[in-house]
Amino acid sequence: MKIVAICGAGIGSSGILKVNAERVLLRLGLEADVTATDIGSVQRDAADAQVILTSAEFVEAIGKTYADVIVIENYFDQQELAEKLEKSLG
Amino acid sequence: MTLPPLPESAIVLRGEAATWRDAVRLAGAALATSGAARPGYSDEMIRMIDEHGPYVVIAPGLALAHARPGPDVLTDGLAVVTLREPVSFGHPHNDPVSVVLGLAISSRERHLESIADLANVFNDQAAIPAIAAAEDAATVIAILKRNQ
Repeated sequence: MKIVAICGAGIGSSGILKVNAERVLLRLGLEADVTATDIGSVQRDAADAQVILTSAEFVEAIGKTYADVIVIENYFDQQELAEKLEKSLG
Repeated sequence: MTLPPLPESAIVLRGEAATWRDAVRLAGAALATSGAARPGYSDEMIRMIDEHGPYVVIAPGLALAHARPGPDVLTDGLAVVTLREPVSFGHPHNDPVSVVLGLAISSRERHLESIADLANVFNDQAAIPAIAAAEDAATVIAILKRNQ
């Protein structure tokens, strides 16, 4: 399974999403490859992704995708991440 | 583990900012003072928000201002700015912002370790209000080191 975290620069905020998503997946016992990238590379990097993690600001720019786009409000709330990932993957 | 360097010169407490742009400029100026970035990095960080919206407000009360690695970044560095009066970035859930982190990253390849440490600090939900209330730079540094 592939999960892609998206932000404007592909560092910083998407990096935090990646790190925290990996921790949550480990806790949930789910295996996935999580990468971070910038919005300009989303079509290439997320072409085969099952899930895209991002902020509300990027949903429109992500455009057409087969991935489930999950909007995260608080990047440091592992409970929010766990609930939304579980709902999407479970 | 390695947070980006956070010298006392990169910490601004009770900064005065009328708008989110002023708040990001305070973080950019702090990064320039500490030697992590050139003064132009402020405009780079502001441009990211102008282009993509207030997504840098990644948690209630906290903005992670940053741009891409580039010529305005001299070395990895972190800045912490607390605001006397919180400002709005126009974020749907996480406004108003009272703590702005400025992040300068020199290499995309090596940045994830530092980011993991940043996550360790702020996954503790008490960290943002504690930094917002800090009276001196040593307290801010202690909070950031505590959870590594």
